Amino acid sequence: MDIAVCVKRVPDLTEAEIEIDSDGLSLEDSDLDYDLNEWDDFAVEAAVQLKEKHGGKVTAYTVGDDDAEEVLRRALAMGADEAIHLCDDAFAGSDPWGIAQALQRAIGDRKFDLILCGAISSDGTSGHTGGMLAALLDLPQVALATALEVNGDKAEVCHEVEGGLERVVEIALPAVITVQSGINEPRYVSIRGIRKVAGMDIDVKECDDLGLDSGQVGDAGARVRLEELALPPTGGGAEILEGSIDEMVTTLIERIREQGAL
Amino acid sequence: MKKILVIVERHAGAIDDSAWELLTLARALAGGDGTVSAALLGEGLDALAAELAKGFDNVHVFDDSRLAVPDAEGDGLALVALIEREGYSLTLAAHTNLSIDLLPWLSVKVGGPLLADCFELAWRGDELEAKRTVFEGKVHAKVATSASDKGYFATVRGGAFEGAAPAANAGGAIQPESLPADFAPRRKALRTVEPEAGEVDITASEVLIAVGRGIEEEENLEIINSLAEAAGAAVCCSRPVVDKGWLPKARQVGTSGLTVSPKLYVAVGISGSFQHMGGVKGSSYLVAINKDAKAPIFGVADVGIVGDLFEVIPALEEEFKKVRS
Repeated sequence: MDIAVCVKRVPDLTEAEIEIDSDGLSLEDSDLDYDLNEWDDFAVEAAVQLKEKHGGKVTAYTVGDDDAEEVLRRALAMGADEAIHLCDDAFAGSDPWGIAQALQRAIGDRKFDLILCGAISSDGTSGHTGGMLAALLDLPQVALATALEVNGDKAEVCHEVEGGLERVVEIALPAVITVQSGINEPRYVSIRGIRKVAGMDIDVKECDDLGLDSGQVGDAGARVRLEELALPPTGGGAEILEGSIDEMVTTLIERIREQGAL
Repeated sequence: MKKILVIVERHAGAIDDSAWELLTLARALAGGDGTVSAALLGEGLDALAAELAKGFDNVHVFDDSRLAVPDAEGDGLALVALIEREGYSLTLAAHTNLSIDLLPWLSVKVGGPLLADCFELAWRGDELEAKRTVFEGKVHAKVATSASDKGYFATVRGGAFEGAAPAANAGGAIQPESLPADFAPRRKALRTVEPEAGEVDITASEVLIAVGRGIEEEENLEIINSLAEAAGAAVCCSRPVVDKGWLPKARQVGTSGLTVSPKLYVAVGISGSFQHMGGVKGSSYLVAINKDAKAPIFGVADVGIVGDLFEVIPALEEEFKKVRS
């Protein structure tokens, strides 16, 4: 079976000191590390596992600037067979609708059995791209998959639904499925693994190649524009305890007892 | 005149509280001359529709056996036709698993902009502006839509707006609706999976020690277990700990896990994402221990220690032992 998997390069903010850039629209990125979006890591693993079981080919797509190539290399190192980089200055400032349109043009003329996306990206946190792509491709879709099996021209997908429940649905292929974290254990990618795929060709496509007018994507085509980023207001939150560890812990226990919470 | 539609989420045969929060927001956005309608989909809905009619001007009821199991695709096929027929200015839904499945598809099919997970939402002329969180919840973003003649869509963060109390005497119109003639979902629900009952019921515990990504390694759970023992607490966790297989799903607190309301909730190495905090309800006394002073958890906790959990936890365990002996 032939599978497309859509990935994104995002900043890793786990340990990062976050500052807003002077443009007010991006993060000061001189000290940031970037990585494959966590959910996309699970999506690539799911795609490669399906290929290993059923045969076929995995093609990774990303929309992003020159640096975004590194997440395609990572997907190749995990076992993708081909990577396509949608790279054009006109994509800058795209909302999920713009990204979905670019992916639709790139994916639409190929015959994939399954299109996988991470359910959400850690930077934009909308979780819109997969569902919008499905609507544009006019394919059935399931969001937030926690388990996935393919049987012939159907897939059985367990996904998260209302009230903390999960539901198993059967869906006709081809389909778009967005992958929730925890669906599998993404394989480790070593530096050597990345080096091995360093020479593989990555097909680069610009707006023209996709038959897209530059006004349809990026800032110009966005249905939702980012106007300003700001750090959350501080204060009004927790009383932050001071002193040595022993002092802090003693005060903490006092507070808990004052509240009658112990 | 603004016409606003609220997609009502139902769960286990009841209306989710989010419907009343969305009503508050929808009333503010509709203004004095606008209308606020609800869309209710499912089977056997008479009682729920009557309840909604106490708050909404109009309740569109799709009562059909084909909608008995909540499903984003079935709901979507019904809603595209309804929104296009009625020409809604704005369609609102709670930001939940169901709306993540439904709204991207629905907004593209109808053709309007979609705002996700808003905690503020207002008109700016005929367009919408909103505030939401981005970058793992650590940054606030102000966003705005482009102009749309197909209406707008937005999902709204749970708890961002106070729920409106239904007025017993308000008489909204109940409007029965039929599914489109060409209704043909391409996916079929096979079964619903209840969370596995764990050996520990964290929803019944008065004291919870919650552990997150900050624990770093599975073997480090040992210090959390021994803290819990000293505190007479049960151990629960945030999503990453379950994703790694270190604790079972029955221990997960959050919007995709369980909802808890203990007296005391000690969050250790948890950044405090909205998804996690959505699972802590009631009047818990909330303690946060995290090495990142900027972690969102400190914005919602009552008391916090900024420090290395591997130093703080053993000291805290000793204190708990003293006060409980």
